[in-house]
Amino acid sequence: MNQRFVRLAETNRPRVRIFIDGRVADALAGDTLMVAILNNARELRESEFGDGKRAGFCLMGACQDCWVWTAAGTRLRACTTVVEEGMQIITRQPEATWPNLA
Amino acid sequence: MAQPRVIIIGAGPSGVRCAETLVAAGLRPTVIDENRRDGGQIYRRQPDNFTRPYAKLYGTEAASAQALHDSFDALCGKSGGKIDYLPETLAWNIFDGHVHVVCNQRARSLPYDALVICSGATDRLMPVKGWQYAGTYSLGASQIALKAQACAIGRQVVFMGTGPLLYLVAAQYVKAGAAVAAVLDTSPLMRRVAALPKLLARPKVLYNGLALVMGLKRAGVPVLTGITPIEIKGSPETGVQGVVFHDARGRTQTLECDAVGMGYHLRPETQLADLARCAFRFDHETRQWLPETGEDGRTSVPGVYLAGDGMRVLGADAAEIGGKLAAMAVLKDFKYNVPEDQLRRLRAEQAGMERFRQGLAQAFPWPAEQAAQLPDDAIVCRCEAITAGELRHVVCDMGAREANRAKAFSRVGMGRCQGRYCGHAGAEVIAHAAGVPVETVGRLRGQAPVKPLAIAVRPDTE
Repeated sequence: MNQRFVRLAETNRPRVRIFIDGRVADALAGDTLMVAILNNARELRESEFGDGKRAGFCLMGACQDCWVWTAAGTRLRACTTVVEEGMQIITRQPEATWPNLA
Repeated sequence: MAQPRVIIIGAGPSGVRCAETLVAAGLRPTVIDENRRDGGQIYRRQPDNFTRPYAKLYGTEAASAQALHDSFDALCGKSGGKIDYLPETLAWNIFDGHVHVVCNQRARSLPYDALVICSGATDRLMPVKGWQYAGTYSLGASQIALKAQACAIGRQVVFMGTGPLLYLVAAQYVKAGAAVAAVLDTSPLMRRVAALPKLLARPKVLYNGLALVMGLKRAGVPVLTGITPIEIKGSPETGVQGVVFHDARGRTQTLECDAVGMGYHLRPETQLADLARCAFRFDHETRQWLPETGEDGRTSVPGVYLAGDGMRVLGADAAEIGGKLAAMAVLKDFKYNVPEDQLRRLRAEQAGMERFRQGLAQAFPWPAEQAAQLPDDAIVCRCEAITAGELRHVVCDMGAREANRAKAFSRVGMGRCQGRYCGHAGAEVIAHAAGVPVETVGRLRGQAPVKPLAIAVRPDTE
């Protein structure tokens, strides 16, 4: 299955089209960016510390685990950002990653 | 004297009732809130284009939720309003009588005569091996996914931890049609029986809680108490695949799932109180540091007040009372008349809430012993993937027996969440490794900014 979240209700909303790493994806108006992505994918980003994929944790803006980026390089906290038509989202951190020296 | 400038941080149950009480006395407070809409976490509002009715969203608390939202709408009014409301605004520091805020990448500092911090709570977490895998969420997160976005966090969800939220969220998932694989509670059933006299301080809430558990069982959801979490199974690439735990009889069990909602009751968000230099004390009952507050939410710092779960986790009803009490404390301290009979009544109501809180703490204890048993390769800090072994190393081999020193050496508590989700468990790991009581480990100091800020933030020169 190519999505992590499951929609249980409120599916009768207008469609919004976004791009996740260049691939077109359908979301619904009123979705947070996190919900939009996790209804199309199983993760939001890669941990910069080499321990694998991440898909957020707290959903209330406290843990900062859900950062993604726009194609222009702006960092967004996906759980508190509302999805917008045409958003270009990048799930790979654009900056240099930390070397794993362990 | 001119009207005191009162700033309230947070538009949840305590912040809203605080504002309302101040407005009724003729003041015009400023309400700062990080969320897009009022209601806080528990009465979080769904987006405008969602249509589920209150009863569906908030269950037995629908009337309270609606009353709070209506009160706040009335304060905001159609034209001008009775408060200065700053939504989507982060209060990131308290310094020199000012609240430092940022909104839409613009920074401002707001002076105050009285500051009421209603910062609420976040989930209290105990790490378990594998909790960094994609698909592990806090209980609060699981609830927000459903309440604010009508989504489940996975196809097969295990809820694990302890506390009333464990059962509430599981029941809400079942009701909404999600598949709940099991509810795994670390608290033994006998603790709940022993706590009954205190829990009876709020019979209706107790009844609602029991009804939730009965409902889960009727729906065929396995509800296990007295369990010990061993591991969340999964892979770095695909995320959560199952949960391994010991049941109450010590047998190892494995459940398949693709999501875990986890939490051990809640912890107050106290960073802003810390930055305002409020004194803290160690609470032995719940094994955590809490701000010292006097009657009605006065702190050790004149002009700084606390209310709601950000002071002490008593739940939404008590937060509404706490907001009113803090407002009355502000009014009294600035020589406004306060109806003494109402004050007495609110304090008496709050005493019942406190008794119930003690019952919950007894019934659903923080499983401190789990921290001691964490295997060395279990991650304690999710932000930077730092293991229990690495934390023990700085305690045992580098002499870091104090929380902030261990943080400096190991980075546990230094990552994106600023110790919100690893701080309490980290202190337990340090205490056990050092062989000292957890209170001597101290607490992670609050640091500004309390949440990450963009480098591009500019001063607002308007």
